[in-house]
Amino acid sequence: MLKIENLTAEIDGKQILKGITLEVPAGEVHAIMGPNGSGKSTLSYVLSGREGYEVTGGSATFNGQDILAMEPEDRAATGLFLAFQYPVELPGVGNANFMRTALNAIRRARGEAEVDAMQFLKLSRAKIKALQMSEDMLKRNVNVGFSGGEKKRNEVLQMALLEPKLAILDETDSGLDIDALKIVADGVNAMRGPGFSALVITHYQRLLDHITPDRVHVLMGGRIVKSGGPELAHALEAEGYAKVAA
Amino acid sequence: MPAVAETLETLKSTQEGGYKWGFHTDIEMEFAPKGLNEDIVRFISAKKNEPAWLLEWRLKAFAIWQKMEEPDWAAVNYPKIDYQDAFYYAAPKQKIAPKSLDEVDPELLRTYEKLGIPLREQERLQGIAVDAVFDSVSVATSYKERLGKEGVIFCSISEAVHNHPELVRQYLGSVVPQGDNYFAALNSAVFTDGSFVYIPKGVRCPMELSTYFRINAQNTGQFERTLIIAEAGSHVSYLEGCTAPQRDENQLHAAVVELVAMDDATIKYSTVQNWYPGDSEGRGGIYNFVTKRGACRGARSKISWTQVETGSAITWKYPSCILLGDDSVGEFYSVAVTNNRQQADTGTKMWHIGKNTRSTIVSKGISAGQGQNTYRGLVKISPKATGARNFTQCDSLLIGDQCGAHTVPYIENRCMSAKVEHEATTSRIAEDQLFYCRARGLNQEEAVGLIVNGFCREVLKELPMEFAVEAQKLLQISLEGSVG
Ligand SMILES: Nc1ncnc2c1ncn2[C@@H]1O[C@H](COP(=O)(O)OP(=O)(O)OP(=O)(O)O)[C@@H](O)[C@H]1O
Ligand SMILES: [Mg+2]
Repeated sequence: MLKIENLTAEIDGKQILKGITLEVPAGEVHAIMGPNGSGKSTLSYVLSGREGYEVTGGSATFNGQDILAMEPEDRAATGLFLAFQYPVELPGVGNANFMRTALNAIRRARGEAEVDAMQFLKLSRAKIKALQMSEDMLKRNVNVGFSGGEKKRNEVLQMALLEPKLAILDETDSGLDIDALKIVADGVNAMRGPGFSALVITHYQRLLDHITPDRVHVLMGGRIVKSGGPELAHALEAEGYAKVAA
Repeated sequence: MPAVAETLETLKSTQEGGYKWGFHTDIEMEFAPKGLNEDIVRFISAKKNEPAWLLEWRLKAFAIWQKMEEPDWAAVNYPKIDYQDAFYYAAPKQKIAPKSLDEVDPELLRTYEKLGIPLREQERLQGIAVDAVFDSVSVATSYKERLGKEGVIFCSISEAVHNHPELVRQYLGSVVPQGDNYFAALNSAVFTDGSFVYIPKGVRCPMELSTYFRINAQNTGQFERTLIIAEAGSHVSYLEGCTAPQRDENQLHAAVVELVAMDDATIKYSTVQNWYPGDSEGRGGIYNFVTKRGACRGARSKISWTQVETGSAITWKYPSCILLGDDSVGEFYSVAVTNNRQQADTGTKMWHIGKNTRSTIVSKGISAGQGQNTYRGLVKISPKATGARNFTQCDSLLIGDQCGAHTVPYIENRCMSAKVEHEATTSRIAEDQLFYCRARGLNQEEAVGLIVNGFCREVLKELPMEFAVEAQKLLQISLEGSVG
């Protein structure tokens, strides 16, 4: 379970998160919605340990472990995964090589045996098939020349391969066509279970039509201003943030 | 193959960091008296039982060298070298020249095993012929017989002087003359050993040829000389690897490599240079001042240089191609890493003389710590080289803010119909790239390694497979601790 308490954080001395309290019990999927610039991505970076995002107060634990004290790679090894809002390009680095390196780094940290190139190929082909993606994805360089939608799908493929315990999806639905949206949602739904929880950051109800969240939180001005069930997302869509949050 | 075994070794050592090839072998050595003069040149020649013509050739080189000034145009800084304060000949003491590995001192064999090049296993298992040069002399050449069946000659240059004098005499100095430059002249006077390769007409060399250079003795310069001749229609791929023990003082390595390719012949020459780079304060390390040049004498011949330079305190070398034959092709693929206080001034010279000659230059410079990395290249196109083409790409990657990257491309085009293209970029490892990797579970070092390998991909893919794996690991090790 993810437990965030009164978390505050700043960038370049400017306070962005102003006291966030949030609990995501194991097995649940929570949605975070909120206007542009409200601090959603900041929260995702703080949780995954990006440099420059300074925690000034509060705490965040995952299954009792203080994740804020850990290096980003150690957070990944304990099962945290961030699907980036803007996936990063790595020129010259093959996607398959990247994912296998990542998978093996995590497996090593967990004391599991590494997978060799052949085993990985088998594994990744199965995941690609399940996600109805093209095997071309593996041959290309990480996100280089990918369309916006392809980048997002690549994030979901990585998630499927790394099998995290807690996934943060930062606007993974933005830029996806209708079919891809469904595929991505299916990918997340397939992982749902008692050992998996997710924080889904989105602007749109349409994603939540496919991934029904257990809870919906509204983030505004660096605070969670309202929480509710799936119906809260519908209310937001119908009436806008100002009115719902008021 | 050094690569395979060494890769495993290297993998094991990635955790410990540091330079793992820095051990010293205790073995009884024979030295020439310290210093350099005509008598030393005579001493070396006598030790090697050389014919009179070669002694004369050496003495001529020595006379030229004495009249030359040490060059200072490279963008490297080092205290003046005292050429009298070094040994010019050091050889493991052996009563008679070994005829087979069974006669080689077991301590030497153990050294090569430690380096990941078990010469015996090599012979039996790996299917790659190896020549190993320890300080001044070649200690073993494997697979001689197998190669002999194809008419391929692969032996130490000292042996070649005795067994194939006509070939050595014809080609030695024909690409890099004695007076070519200061260090080439020095090498010509005092070279002690190196490899010799001859591929007869129409033969595709049945295996990779490989030489492993090792400097062991203290205060000893290493001056090896390599000569590769590929007759018409032949093909050869040659690899060299280099290491040296860790010492506080600097050691000079001034090699000369000459390649000759006849009609339709191809020579692929790959180097993984990992001489001791000195410590993080810049103490010790090898001065690597090397002259490498290939002559594409025949039509449609091709010479391809690939180098991964991670070691040495100072690297100063420009593997070059003289494109004489019509339609001949020259290639230069280079990765040069400078970390801590390392300096590298490296590049190539492509001299287009024949018609429709083509050259490709891909240079990847990586600077970290306080390292300084200069690409220096010359593309020269003669008036008769109609239809000549060159493409040059120089990319620099900076890690940290105390290092430097410099690009110095010269173009001399005297032919209207020739085409020369040049592209250059400089970039840094971006914070978002590192974070993206780390968020996926890679630690800082692995992340840097992955990004750097991506940056060098175009060059690494030119290396024979096993070497590429070794080179990738080496890159990661040499950049350890350079970020964060
Ligand atoms: N590196 C930075 N330097 C200064 N301010 C920053 C930096 N990164 C983010 N901010 C600011 O922090 C605030 C929150 O940004 P954040 O990216 O978390 O918003 P968001 O909720 O994810 O918005 P969107 O819906 O547009 O993705 C914004 O006002 C933004 O300008
Ligand atoms: Mg955002």
